[in-house]
Amino acid sequence: MLNLVGLILLFPLIGAAINGLLGKRLKKDTVGYIACGAIGLSFFIAILVFCGLVLLPPEARLFEKQLFNWIESGSFKAAAGLQVDPLSSLMILVVTGVGFLIHIYSIGYMHEDKGYHRYFCYLNLFTFSMLLLVLGNNFLLMFIGWEAVGLCSYLLIGFWFEKKSASDAAKKAFIVNRVGDFGFALGIMLIFLTFHTIDFTEVFHAASEGGFAVGNFTITIITLLLFMGATGKSAQIPLYTWLPDAMEGPTPVSALIHAATMVTAGVYMIARCNVLYMLSPFTMTVVAGIGAVTALFAASIGLVQNDIKRVLAYSTISQLGYMFLACGVGAFSAGVFHLMTHAFFKALLFLGSGSVIHALSGEQDMRKMGGLKQHIPVTYKTFLIGTVAIAGIPPFAGFFSKDEILLESLVHGNFVYWSIAALAAFFTAFYMFRLLFMTFHGKSRVDHHVMEHLHESPKNMTMPLMILAGLSFCGGFLGLPGASAIDSFLSPVFGGHGHAEISMSGAAVHQSEGHPYLMMVISTAIAVAGIGLAYQMYVKKPELPQKLAGQYRLIYKILLNKYYIDEIYNALFVNSVKKGSLLLWKRVDAMMIDGSVNGVARLVGWFGNILRYLQTGYVRNYAFYIVLGCIFIMALAAFGR
Amino acid sequence: MINASIMTFNILNILPILVLAGFGMIVLVTDVLSSRKWVNRNILAYISLIGIIIAAVLTRSSTGTTLFSFNESFVTDNYSLFFNFIFLLCAGLTILISHNYIKREDINYGEYYALILFSTIGMMLMASGADLLNIYIGLEVMSISIYILTGFKRSKLISNEASLKYFLLGAFATGFLLYGISLTYGTTGAINLKQIASFIAEKGGMSDPLMVIGMGLLIVGLGFKVASVPFHAWVPDVYEGAPTPVTAFMSVGPKAAGFAAFLRIFLTAFGSSHLEWQKIIYILAILTMTLGNVSALSQTNIKRMLAYSSIAHAGYLLIALVSANDMGVSATLFYVLAYIFMNIGAFAIIIVLSRKGDECIQINDYAGLGFKHPLLAIAMTLFMLSMAGVPPMAGFVGKFYIFSAAIKSGYIGLAIIAVINSVISVYYYLRITVIMYMKEPAREFVPLTISPLMVAAIVISVVGTLQLGIFPSKVMEIAQRSILMMR
Repeated sequence: MLNLVGLILLFPLIGAAINGLLGKRLKKDTVGYIACGAIGLSFFIAILVFCGLVLLPPEARLFEKQLFNWIESGSFKAAAGLQVDPLSSLMILVVTGVGFLIHIYSIGYMHEDKGYHRYFCYLNLFTFSMLLLVLGNNFLLMFIGWEAVGLCSYLLIGFWFEKKSASDAAKKAFIVNRVGDFGFALGIMLIFLTFHTIDFTEVFHAASEGGFAVGNFTITIITLLLFMGATGKSAQIPLYTWLPDAMEGPTPVSALIHAATMVTAGVYMIARCNVLYMLSPFTMTVVAGIGAVTALFAASIGLVQNDIKRVLAYSTISQLGYMFLACGVGAFSAGVFHLMTHAFFKALLFLGSGSVIHALSGEQDMRKMGGLKQHIPVTYKTFLIGTVAIAGIPPFAGFFSKDEILLESLVHGNFVYWSIAALAAFFTAFYMFRLLFMTFHGKSRVDHHVMEHLHESPKNMTMPLMILAGLSFCGGFLGLPGASAIDSFLSPVFGGHGHAEISMSGAAVHQSEGHPYLMMVISTAIAVAGIGLAYQMYVKKPELPQKLAGQYRLIYKILLNKYYIDEIYNALFVNSVKKGSLLLWKRVDAMMIDGSVNGVARLVGWFGNILRYLQTGYVRNYAFYIVLGCIFIMALAAFGR
Repeated sequence: MINASIMTFNILNILPILVLAGFGMIVLVTDVLSSRKWVNRNILAYISLIGIIIAAVLTRSSTGTTLFSFNESFVTDNYSLFFNFIFLLCAGLTILISHNYIKREDINYGEYYALILFSTIGMMLMASGADLLNIYIGLEVMSISIYILTGFKRSKLISNEASLKYFLLGAFATGFLLYGISLTYGTTGAINLKQIASFIAEKGGMSDPLMVIGMGLLIVGLGFKVASVPFHAWVPDVYEGAPTPVTAFMSVGPKAAGFAAFLRIFLTAFGSSHLEWQKIIYILAILTMTLGNVSALSQTNIKRMLAYSSIAHAGYLLIALVSANDMGVSATLFYVLAYIFMNIGAFAIIIVLSRKGDECIQINDYAGLGFKHPLLAIAMTLFMLSMAGVPPMAGFVGKFYIFSAAIKSGYIGLAIIAVINSVISVYYYLRITVIMYMKEPAREFVPLTISPLMVAAIVISVVGTLQLGIFPSKVMEIAQRSILMMR
């Protein structure tokens, strides 16, 4: 069954090719069937592959399929091969599974769009790229997938490219990611220089056996560079700014790419490279620190945003921060677990918000919503489940994964991590229920024109919602504390150090290890407190937020304007680069380079015209050239010795 | 079992050649029959294709061994087999693109196919020749067939002129080659490449000035065949005058054969005294690339442009020869194969767009093609990009290997000049693309009729160009294996 793994990649690629090349001539229904069918088949094969892997004994769960030798140049070798192990098999299930649901949802959501086939072509292409990223068995292949998902993300954010904001957002995403990708590429080069190979198995083997001391400088640089790539793709500080803008894309795209799959690539990459990261405590500190700060930072912005998708976007950034925090304290399996549950509930929330937007004919501002509970009941119920899941109420999925991260951050990290994460959890519960209450509860603030068209979404949109809601409810049982199926499943990948001891602040912390249940109670209490506050402010006393905003004007404005980070970046980087480029363009490029290039071109052209005169057409002249050439060669042979 | 390499007469080793010869004869006989209306003349192309396929299968079956036969004058090794494949591929593609063309131009005579087969035989002899005389015979068999093919449009003056020019200059150049062979024989007492090599090794170098002169004359003779500057002047005139499929054929086949012989002679016989000839080829390579590319810039006729471009490509291949290392040889094999796909592909597009009496070969005739015939334009763009050396096309990888071979041998200056040349070439290749997509059509495109054979040729070329560009290592591996047994 494992041998089928190539097919997982093949189907989406074929789907993209058919819709890309022939989509214009096909009927809309056909386009949808092809795209969904491709992902569906791919999902089916992914299940088979997963089963095949599970049937193997745990220590033998690594399958590599060499497809072909791709590049060979000197000592540099890159094979195209796929790798199935617990980590990648879990990822392909998430990518194809959630991807399949979102494809189906898209049929309904995008039905009126004139770029229907283009949309599905990109979406299939994205799935292919993401699977390539996950399944590749070397860094180069992963990098190609990495770049390809970036391209698809660009294409899909700018899907409605007639809108300036959309094309701007697409460009921003692409350019910001470029910064991270640059680091990633450097990291891969350094890996090749250090290990003389880029094959995962060989690199990790060499790293663990090759006598690299913990804290090795090269390894630290490598891991930092790789993490730089991760901050770009997974929207962490300082490269997170593109993700909120990316909400310009169609909502299912936000669900698939900017919540469930692509943005988690950074987490996947770090989990994949856990052997390297374990060798560098410094990098681990950086990862955990950035993760924790991002989690809190993004959550705080999310508190006051009014655009429904933007709240979710900041929430995604914040949740990604949790995953990095988990990785940074060495709890890779907790990070991957949260990645999975997050894929379920965040996809659900995005699709739910899409359903809301769909029902309100495109309205995204929560101030113009409210009281939708009765009008779109299915969306409401599923959305509620998602919200409860992300807020961290047991027994929903988000509770178990987030609780594990909180616990690990305390046990293997320190109290600072834990308190930041806990505060962020409080914020999360608050802003998510704020969103829920503003959208579905209270009095309706919906424009009456829009009200007339208010309708529940069609079946093909609500079905995926219900399935995802089911997963958000029960997905957490895979990681029950103490009997975590996911921990033991992933343990071959993370070696013994799924919970390795890199604890920085020793023994004192370990005392709390005996109280996982106490921790559960605490984190539940935090979530409930957040929900309670939101209930007070947005249901009980709806006038309160206004008052608070007036009272703490400064904080409110800073939060509302997202700490002015975009403005700061613009002033610091964008404008100075722009000015510099302008200078380079006007002075250096237009005058010096163009001038010399055009000069050379003119010279060459002139020379070419002269040469035409040599081409007389007479045989005698041509024969003469041959004789001349012969004399020339003789002379060279005779005198050149 | 008798050791095959001791046997002097082993008919099995030349079986592919015999098969091709036999099919050439069958074509001629069938042609006679068809003139009595007993059979349809259209089957001639298919008969030739079958012959080529059988020869290719036979070639494939003997890989992995090195066999000498006919008194050690004929060698069957992976190197010659790789080249044989190249020649057969080239002949096959040529036949695919010829079929409709020669019918349309009323030159549908059976000799056409027979001559292509015979010319291919000549090329195969050249690649397998283990002594100078055999190589010479192969060269003549190849050339004479092509002289005739060049003038195949008997009623067209330009075709006749081209044929005569090619013949006269070819005969002239052959004189140099023969003189070189006789001087080499006179000074070393051998025509067998290995014996020449061991003679030179015994003497500790090329002590005799006559020997050096003989080697120089060989360079002249072979340089003419591969269209190296300054022995290139015939190329544009002949390419322009010849029927387009023949142009396609001779821009690839004889050039490949020339390089096959060039490499074998200079790396086997004169391998130990490479310092003697490297500097000559070095200068020839620079001249050839530069003149080819610069002249191509100002062409308005696409066939002439491709003629100069083929000169430039010969220049790149000469770099591989200068490098005189294993990588250079395998890079040559790879490059020639890539060149077949992209060059014959480009000529195929030219043929598709031309009509009877209207060759449609001005570059401006391609304006607006991108909108009228998008698929053809995409294919043409692909071939042009590949020739310009843009990844992920075959041409890029080929150039990459050749330039790295030069760098490996320490010829960094040469590699830099080659890269600059490559940049110059981008201009004229991209000009075609620009004209196809960014200019309003200057003329009406009539509805095209493309025969299935032509479609096959274009598809094979496109697939080959992409396959070699994206997944080069498989072919490169074979190319590397091909040279192991050469020495």
